[in-house]
Amino acid sequence: MSAPIVSVQDLRIHFPTQDRRETVKAVDGVSFDVLPGETFGIIGESGSGKSTLGRAVVCLLKPTAGQVKLGGIDPYSLPSAELRRRRRAFQIIFQDPNAALNPRMSVLDSIREPLDIIGEGSRADRSRIAQEMLERVGLRPEFGLRYPHELSGGQKQRINIARVLTVRPSVIVCDEVVAALDVSIRADILNLFAELQREFGLTYLFITHDLGVVSHVSSRIAVMYLGKFMELGPAEEIAERPLHPYTQALLSAEPIPLPSSMRATRRIILQGEIPSPTNPPSGCRFRTRCPFAQAVCASEMPAWREAAPGRFVACHFAGEVTGHPIDAHKTKEAIA
Amino acid sequence: MSDAPLLDVRGLGISFLIGGGSVQATQDVSFSVQPGERVGIVGESGCGKTITGLSLLGLLPRATTRVAGQAMFEGENLVGLPLSRMRHVRGRKISMIFQEPMSALDPVFTIGQQIGETILTHFKVDKKQARERAIEALASVGIPSPARVHDSYPHQLSGGMRQRAMIAIALVCEPKLLIADEPTTALDVTIQAQIIDLLMELSAKQGTALLFITHDLGVIAETCTRMITMYAGQVVEDAPVDSALVRPRHPYTSGLLRSLPRLSARGAVLPSIAGRVPTLRDMPTGCRFAERCAHRQKACAAPQVIEQAGAHSVRCWRQTDLVLPGALTDREAAA
Repeated sequence: MSAPIVSVQDLRIHFPTQDRRETVKAVDGVSFDVLPGETFGIIGESGSGKSTLGRAVVCLLKPTAGQVKLGGIDPYSLPSAELRRRRRAFQIIFQDPNAALNPRMSVLDSIREPLDIIGEGSRADRSRIAQEMLERVGLRPEFGLRYPHELSGGQKQRINIARVLTVRPSVIVCDEVVAALDVSIRADILNLFAELQREFGLTYLFITHDLGVVSHVSSRIAVMYLGKFMELGPAEEIAERPLHPYTQALLSAEPIPLPSSMRATRRIILQGEIPSPTNPPSGCRFRTRCPFAQAVCASEMPAWREAAPGRFVACHFAGEVTGHPIDAHKTKEAIA
Repeated sequence: MSDAPLLDVRGLGISFLIGGGSVQATQDVSFSVQPGERVGIVGESGCGKTITGLSLLGLLPRATTRVAGQAMFEGENLVGLPLSRMRHVRGRKISMIFQEPMSALDPVFTIGQQIGETILTHFKVDKKQARERAIEALASVGIPSPARVHDSYPHQLSGGMRQRAMIAIALVCEPKLLIADEPTTALDVTIQAQIIDLLMELSAKQGTALLFITHDLGVIAETCTRMITMYAGQVVEDAPVDSALVRPRHPYTSGLLRSLPRLSARGAVLPSIAGRVPTLRDMPTGCRFAERCAHRQKACAAPQVIEQAGAHSVRCWRQTDLVLPGALTDREAAA
């Protein structure tokens, strides 16, 4: 196995609240490795900390504790000039293609901007690279002279992709990159991501709330809830045999376009909403909404353990609970 | 169902006046909703589904909009209905909920004031009774501690709670029809499941018909009995939801269903619909989808009419000879 290109160890990112009296624990102890050339999917609801995690990976947020190693090096141990030189290899694309583009810059200027900042080559060289990338993402050359308001959402997202490609990154964090797009456009953009990955040998960290998308593109998936990973494993195993009750609930909540006779018979509907990250529940963070929660779930934080080769999970009853809430009688036996 | 439709839309065409000229945004939109029926309208951004919903309640700007055709609801034509009459329909007979509850709720009034406004408009009650009724409505949409939420402002609630509050406002007068425009799109999947369940339960309990506007085919499959597909301002297919999913008859509906990731092998290239929706200013006179359609022939250059075959209506002259794939994987289709 090759060395991980991104290695996250017990990462914590905490923010003080506005009145400085409390702390929002957006990411609270997450560890994982991303291997070169893979697509690592992170799925979670809003407020789970997935975007914060993505930003930390590209050094947009400094860890409160723990470490993010990029290519084996802790970027914060580097002198700032060296950090600047290295971080170009780690790029991020955001959800809202409108907000990411300056409305007063032409498309070509926007695509060239990262190269201008790095200050590499002559202006003519940079324009040529920008033009190449514009065409590489499937837009006609004349688009370079247009402005963002003249483009559709899908075209704007293509431009955001072209922008990061100019600096030849090795890792791209894709933060909800297709969430704002229509279904048929979404398919086109996902296909483009796959092509570029093969062509440039890219590694993706794919952050999304969309199960269909994440399981299509990823080789491995991590499920995040309230600042922690609940489960991590190969994509098809997570999708077909989830071990954690939260993953099971997420999968069963996804509306599937199938005739009523072909849909799974019972849906697990979680009660309530994701609790506040300032004061997460004791023990297992998911216990307040978990249909299987027992006394032990409140008193003891479940360990992050390898339940099967390559499959990590944090649940006292992982694998014992499936689709339907177990009755109390059976659980007592399981504990004993 | 044998009884007369609750809502019968015929030939609805919406045009917007833009600088001297006008553009036609929807054309010849016809469909009906039976009492208590749950009908879904699907289509991508810009296909005219939202403005169709807005036009039914006269919510499009009157000065710059022209609406042709008719929309019969309880013996009244909603198109061109005087404002004084429309006030008795809005909120009382037909309600609408929107995608973004934060922008649909007024930030400077409490939730209670906003529900109370609807109650006081339509019923002869005093403020105290209105308050009780509002709290009841909040409880009925599953809001814990409804009295507290009654006195809260929208920004104090989570997205899911805001959407529940909006549903409470919409359903407090027990309307006959609820138009829900992307009501779960901004919500997380677990919260979406809660809201869908709530809408289904309330619709069944009050006998409210649902017109569910969304781009999410999964949501339609789970909530609706009939599915209307819109493309470039026209209805292209109108069919019972199960039959549209298994065997769609319009190439656009089929294309939408096939582009979903679940039907393709992991990592495989996803089928997509090449090209873009034609702009309103140069809409083809023939089939509007022809340019993007893999099955087009010469005759597609002629205007297409919507034709009914059993419960299935399709705007494609090849509907009888094409066999198009639906939302099933090959394995599911074989089973």
